[in-house]
Amino acid sequence: MTDTSSNMASKPASRPVGLPGLIDDWSSDQRAFKGVGWRKSMMWIFLLSDTFIFSIFLLSYMTARMSTKVGWPNASEVFSLHIGNTNFPLLLIAIMTFVLISSSGTMVLAVNYGYRKDRKLTALMLIVTAVLGATFVGMQVFEWSKLISEGVRPWGNPMGAPQFGGIFFMITGFHGTHVSIGVIFLLVMAHKVWRGDYDIQSRGFFTSRKGEYECVEVMGLYWHFVDLVWVFIFAFFYLW
Amino acid sequence: MVGSHSSGNGAAVSDTGHQEHPLKEYFVVWGWLFILSACSYAIDFIGVQGYLRWTLILFFMTVKAGLIVAVFMHLKWERLSLSYAILLPPIAVLVFVAIMMIESDYTVLTRINFFSGV
Repeated sequence: MTDTSSNMASKPASRPVGLPGLIDDWSSDQRAFKGVGWRKSMMWIFLLSDTFIFSIFLLSYMTARMSTKVGWPNASEVFSLHIGNTNFPLLLIAIMTFVLISSSGTMVLAVNYGYRKDRKLTALMLIVTAVLGATFVGMQVFEWSKLISEGVRPWGNPMGAPQFGGIFFMITGFHGTHVSIGVIFLLVMAHKVWRGDYDIQSRGFFTSRKGEYECVEVMGLYWHFVDLVWVFIFAFFYLW
Repeated sequence: MVGSHSSGNGAAVSDTGHQEHPLKEYFVVWGWLFILSACSYAIDFIGVQGYLRWTLILFFMTVKAGLIVAVFMHLKWERLSLSYAILLPPIAVLVFVAIMMIESDYTVLTRINFFSGV
């Protein structure tokens, strides 16, 4: 039986590149994504749909903020931290940003060591990424409880426009959920890599397809997307 | 280190689609992401306001997002058929943004009018 869903795309020796390649790929009357495995193309399509979800959250935030005549709370003050006698604006958010970027860096290393079949370093980097991700979620929990203790609720807050709370909990909560799910999957993947599943190509419990180190790259795509979303949240919600 | 890609013109990487690149590029991008994040934070720390603030926020955000997508997510090494399928649809979001800006402008005017009690 011909395995049409094979991970290896059948690829002639040379394909046109650039725009002629784009037209060639899409008009080939076959799979459009040449040389891209099913895992990766499905992850990209999922990420595209997730992009729309987060876009619509940010859009509703923009609409709420632009259409209210009550002043919007100043994020710089709301999210400031007092250390000693000094007031640092957005300090916790800045640390969270750096933690998430660091985790993206370790994820990239995991993908790279994976393709080099360095089992132990890959697993180690996945675990470091998961720990940084969990740190991020932990700081978010701290931030939520701080705001809740200051009286921020989804229906109102003492600082200004009542939509602030709802938008804040919705957007950061959805992002935090993504990070948490990512941490769980990172740990599962680290376990699989450590056990050597991708070296012996053992079949996955869910897809029953042969495991390969490409799985680590696909995991990486998800993780970098979570980082990417945070870039936008940081810019629009915290800095704007 | 094995750099299996030819050059950054969207050429395919290898027959198996493996994305294996020299670590140096990753470290350079990692460093830049730190620098750009620090710059974003500095906007608020220094307290830049007005159009300069919004321009800088959007600039740093776009560069950071571009670096993550292009290098960390390997999109610059993928074939254009995939890149375009991912990068073009979000343009619809920008159209939506424009529509909602007009709409919320109208809403706030209506609210001001209504609450003024005339």
